[in-house]
Amino acid sequence: MILAVASGKGGTGKTTVATGLALAMASRGHRVQFLDCDVEEPNAAILLKPGMERSRRVASMVPKIDTAKCTLCGKCSDFCRFNALVTFPDRVDVFPELCHACRGCVLACPENAISEARVEIGTIEEGKAGDIRFAHGLLDIGQARATPILGALRAAIDPQRDVVLDAPPGTSCPFVETARMADACVLVTEPTPFGLYDLGLAVDALRGMDIAFSVAINRCDLGDDRVERYCREEGIDVVLRIQNDVDIAKAYSEGRPITDLGEGYSKMLYEMFERVSGGSPAR
Amino acid sequence: MKARQLVILSGKGGTGKTSISASLAGLARRAVLADCDVDAPDLHLILRPGVISRERFVSGYVASIDGGVCTRCGRCIQECAFSAIDEGYSVDSVACEGCGVCELVCPVGAAKLSKSECGEWFVSGTRFGTMVHARLDPGRENSGRLVSLVRSKAIEIAERESSGIIVIDGPPGIGCPVIASVSGCDMALVVTEPSMSGESDLLRALDMVSHFGAAAAVIINKWDINAKIADRIEATCGDRGVPVVGRIPYDTAFTQAQIAGLSLLEYGEGAAVDGTRDACTRALELIES
Repeated sequence: MILAVASGKGGTGKTTVATGLALAMASRGHRVQFLDCDVEEPNAAILLKPGMERSRRVASMVPKIDTAKCTLCGKCSDFCRFNALVTFPDRVDVFPELCHACRGCVLACPENAISEARVEIGTIEEGKAGDIRFAHGLLDIGQARATPILGALRAAIDPQRDVVLDAPPGTSCPFVETARMADACVLVTEPTPFGLYDLGLAVDALRGMDIAFSVAINRCDLGDDRVERYCREEGIDVVLRIQNDVDIAKAYSEGRPITDLGEGYSKMLYEMFERVSGGSPAR
Repeated sequence: MKARQLVILSGKGGTGKTSISASLAGLARRAVLADCDVDAPDLHLILRPGVISRERFVSGYVASIDGGVCTRCGRCIQECAFSAIDEGYSVDSVACEGCGVCELVCPVGAAKLSKSECGEWFVSGTRFGTMVHARLDPGRENSGRLVSLVRSKAIEIAERESSGIIVIDGPPGIGCPVIASVSGCDMALVVTEPSMSGESDLLRALDMVSHFGAAAAVIINKWDINAKIADRIEATCGDRGVPVVGRIPYDTAFTQAQIAGLSLLEYGEGAAVDGTRDACTRALELIES
C-alpha cells in the first residue's frame, strides 16, 4: 500500500506521524519504503537518519533553439501558454524558469529547429534507515517548480514495499502530485481554527481527485472540538488522536522520532495503519 | 513615498507566521495587508475581513476532448507530458497543465483548450486596514500568478491610500508561490522554531531570500522548547549578519487567540505577548530605517 501523510496547514505533525508510522511498520516486519516528498523543506532525514547510498541530479527539459535552422517564424512562442519563449526580430529567447516541459514548442516548430536541453533543478538522495528504504528530494535554492523532482521520486517507488509518503503542506501542485501517487491519504490536523480551515481545503482537493482519506488529530486536547464535529458531519474517519505532549515537541526538536518515546506511540501508529489499509497483508 | 513591503515567511509550516502577521498588522500604522498563502490562507480567520469586492481568478487553460469527434487515435495520450488523458479519452483537469499539446497534435480537432478559472481574490476592510486576499481552488495550478496578482493589487491600494507599509503573510516552503511573495520585497521576516527541522528549513529559507535580494530578519518562536538550538540559531544568524529581532516563549495563548479570532496582542498579556510585541516593533523599526 502507498499511504500519503499530508495536511493543508504546515506544522501540524506530518513528519512526526509519517516517520513514526514507517518505524512502527518496520518494527512489525513490514518491508517499508519512505519517500519525503516535501522537496522544498525536507525534514524526514533528520528523524530517520538514513545512511545515504546514492545521489543524483534531477533535470527538467527546456527548449534549445538551433539558430541555423530557425526562421524566426514565431510558431513556438505563439504556441507556448507559459510565455517561456519570446520571438524577437533577430532571435528567440528562452525563459527556463517559466517552462513546463510540455514539448509543445518542439512539436510546433515547422523547421525541426528545437531540441530539448537539460536544466538541473534539484537532487534526489537514496539510502537506508535500518530496514527502511529511504529517498528524498531537494529543490535547488531559487528554483520554483518542485513537480519534476516529485516525478523522479515517483519513479523510485519500490512496488515490493509498503510506501509512506511525507507530503508537502498546502493544496497546490506539489501536494496534488504527491497525493496522486498514493492509494490513500491521512490528513494530519490540529483542533484550531487554522487547522480546521486548511483541513477543509485539503479535503476538497482530495475529493476532487477521488482519493480515499482519513484524518489524524494531533494535539487533540489543545484547541476546541470543531475539527471533531466537522469530521463527524462530513463522515470522515478519525484514525488517530495524539494528545499534546511537550515530550513529543522536545524529542522532535532534537531529531528523535515519536517512537523513541515508548511502545505506546508505535502501537497507536500501527493501529492507524491497520485501520487505513483495511488489514491488507504486509509487503 | 513608495510603501515598504514586509513579507513574513518561515520555510517550515506551523511556526507562527500568520499569528505574527496579524500582530504586525495591528502594530503597523496605515498598513495594507496581503495574504499570499493562497493555497492555505488563514489570516482572514484573525482579521475577519468585510469583503468589499471579489473577482474570479482566471489564469491558464484546461483541455477537454469532444467524444463525438474523437477517433481514438491515441496521439494526445502519447504526447501529453502530464499523463492527464486516460484510456477513455477524458482529461484529468487536476493533472492537466493547459499546455495545448493535445490540441496541437489532434488530427480531427477534438481536443480544445478553454480558459481556466482557478480561484477567487478579494479586497476587504479590516480593523487594521485594507486587506487583499485570495483563494486558489483546491488542487489548482498558478499559485505563483495568483500571489503576484494579490501583491500588485496591494501595491495599488497602498499608493492610493498613501500607506507606508504592506504586510504580506507568505506561504511555507521555498518554491513558486514563495518566490512570487519575496521578489521585490524590502524585507523578509522569517519565523522559525528551535528544532533541527526548523533550523534546517530556516537556513534554506534565508538562502532563498538572499538569492532574491531581500533583506532578512528572524524571530525565534517557542524558543524554550529547546534553548540550546535557539542559541545555535541565533549564533548562525549572527554569522550571516541576519538580525534576530526577538524570541517568543511557547504559549498556548497563540492557540487561544486564534480561537477567539483575535491577534495575540489583542488577546491578552504575558511573556509571549510581550515577546511578540517587542519582536514586531523591532522588525518594523528595521524596515523603516
